[in-house]
Amino acid sequence: MTPTPPPLHRIDRLGALLGTASIAAVAWLPFVTFKANRIASGTARSLFEVLPFGTALAVAGIVVVVAAAAIGVASPRSRLAAAIVGIAVVALALAAAAADLTPPGNRLVRVSPGVGCWVLLLVQALLATDALARLRPGPGLRVLCLALTGAVLYAAFALGLFDQLSIMREYAVNAGTFAREARQHVLLATGSLGAAVLVGLPLGVLCHKVPRLRAATLQVLNLIQTIPSIALFGILMVPLGALATAAPWARELGVSGIGAAPAVIALFLYALLPVVANATVGLGRVSPAAVDAARGMGLTGRQVLTQIELPLALPVIVTGIRIVLVQNIGLVTVAALIGGGGFGTFVFQGVGQTAIDLVLLGAIPTVVLAFSSAVVLDALVDVMSRAPQ
Amino acid sequence: MRRLGLLLRLAAFSLLVAFLVMPQRFAPLFAPFTEYGAPPIYDQGSLLALAAAHLGTVFLAAAASTVVAVSLGILVTRPSGAEFLPLSRTLVGIGQTFPPVAVLAIAVPLVGFGETPTLIALFAYGLLPIFENTISALQTCPSSVIEAARGMGMSSRQRLLGVELPLAMPLILEGIRLSVVINVGTATIGSTVAAKGLGEVIIAGLLSNNTAFILQGGLVTGLMAMLLYDGMAGLEKRLLRAVHVG
Repeated sequence: MTPTPPPLHRIDRLGALLGTASIAAVAWLPFVTFKANRIASGTARSLFEVLPFGTALAVAGIVVVVAAAAIGVASPRSRLAAAIVGIAVVALALAAAAADLTPPGNRLVRVSPGVGCWVLLLVQALLATDALARLRPGPGLRVLCLALTGAVLYAAFALGLFDQLSIMREYAVNAGTFAREARQHVLLATGSLGAAVLVGLPLGVLCHKVPRLRAATLQVLNLIQTIPSIALFGILMVPLGALATAAPWARELGVSGIGAAPAVIALFLYALLPVVANATVGLGRVSPAAVDAARGMGLTGRQVLTQIELPLALPVIVTGIRIVLVQNIGLVTVAALIGGGGFGTFVFQGVGQTAIDLVLLGAIPTVVLAFSSAVVLDALVDVMSRAPQ
Repeated sequence: MRRLGLLLRLAAFSLLVAFLVMPQRFAPLFAPFTEYGAPPIYDQGSLLALAAAHLGTVFLAAAASTVVAVSLGILVTRPSGAEFLPLSRTLVGIGQTFPPVAVLAIAVPLVGFGETPTLIALFAYGLLPIFENTISALQTCPSSVIEAARGMGMSSRQRLLGVELPLAMPLILEGIRLSVVINVGTATIGSTVAAKGLGEVIIAGLLSNNTAFILQGGLVTGLMAMLLYDGMAGLEKRLLRAVHVG
């Protein structure tokens, strides 16, 4: 074995992998897909075909620089900055390409990101994520990053930067329904969460006090969670439909076999497990010494629960709420199948019409919503766990 | 108590099998839920075949996810793969905020309708719980045990196969079970993109306004998912006991 000379610069293997992928994407993969109209089959165009040579060269150059930074620069801060610049440049190039390919006033032409563009955005997002993960930002900083990203994206969309892109064309057609479905999505997800907390917390406290109850309750809730969402929606449609037919007051309240009612009840049932399980675990972890001390100070059982046990268990309880919220936001998508509304409406419409832009119009907001709630609630849990106990 | 549980499981299992094999016998039960003389039992295909296709898709995807996720998990917890660890952990967290429906729906325009998008979505989404559990299991292996193994002169390969993986097994198996359960649900939604599976019965019921179809589809799928979850948990326990005794 010959001793290898020490490298001049330490090469980051993750960076090497991602950097090579981004350079390959610029060189060989199509940057955008161009369609003469919504249903025409698309043609792939490379970066140099859709942008003026000088601009394309500049974009390619920046991608190469970002890749080089990913491979050779060790400082996470610089890597993060490079990745952000890369993402911004690729997004701007995409917007410029869409504007260039669309003749003025033409509402038929469809330009969507090609494989190469997706790869570039994904790779650079991975680089940014990796750099952020290594920086280990605190909870406040994470929420700030999220808010900043949101503000920049909002400004970009408000300025109409991406208006010529196919997905924004779909948005323009559905703008009215989009706002309604967005509200419905949030309402379904948070409403069932609220109900689950109202019922689940007392149930969790009860399970904590009565160990015999705990195993049975958790087992039942566990089994409910395994039932596929469509199946549970379907099973609930039958009794709710019957109730609506039999009782006019229920119908007046908006209860019916299809629509929001079975969706809310199913989501509520799914949400119970994380809430109850985390409440029991959280209460179980409260140190007996703290409870004893409180009792010794003459607090009643109720006071011990509300002033000592529940506050101490709060971080674990909120972790359960985070799980439920993220899970609910995803599951609401399925509710569209039974007429419950929400972003799933666009997803399933898009699947029916094989229109990927319509699918994305439903899927991307769902992911953004779930991801943002995860970041915010994770930060909240961090802050609460750090608070002096 | 234990006998009661066993009895319940056996009853549920026999009911499921009986319904799948001879669904027409149950027609009187579902007849009240139909209107205008619609068929009370799903008549556009054999329920047994649909259940088999459903399970086939789920297990094929789960097997692929297990192989890939466990290998990747091993890779990123070796010293040579340490650079990939922080990103892997974050990605698992972000990936789980993706609803399975979105993964499924995005796969459709890329690869067309049918089995393929469902398999891709199941595979991709099934990776996450297994990968996450493999990483945490391998990372929480007590270092004293690994040191002892090293002290005994075991090579890193022997340590991995003989010490670390067996210790990590309970968590990895739990990840596989989670992944299978999620897959059963996602495969049901796969029927909206023309994959063969039990979701078809529910979707057919929704489209033709036949409550009997919706109900039987929901009951069969729900029962199957619960039995699968419960069965796998039992198998896990037995397997672990065998490993620890043997």
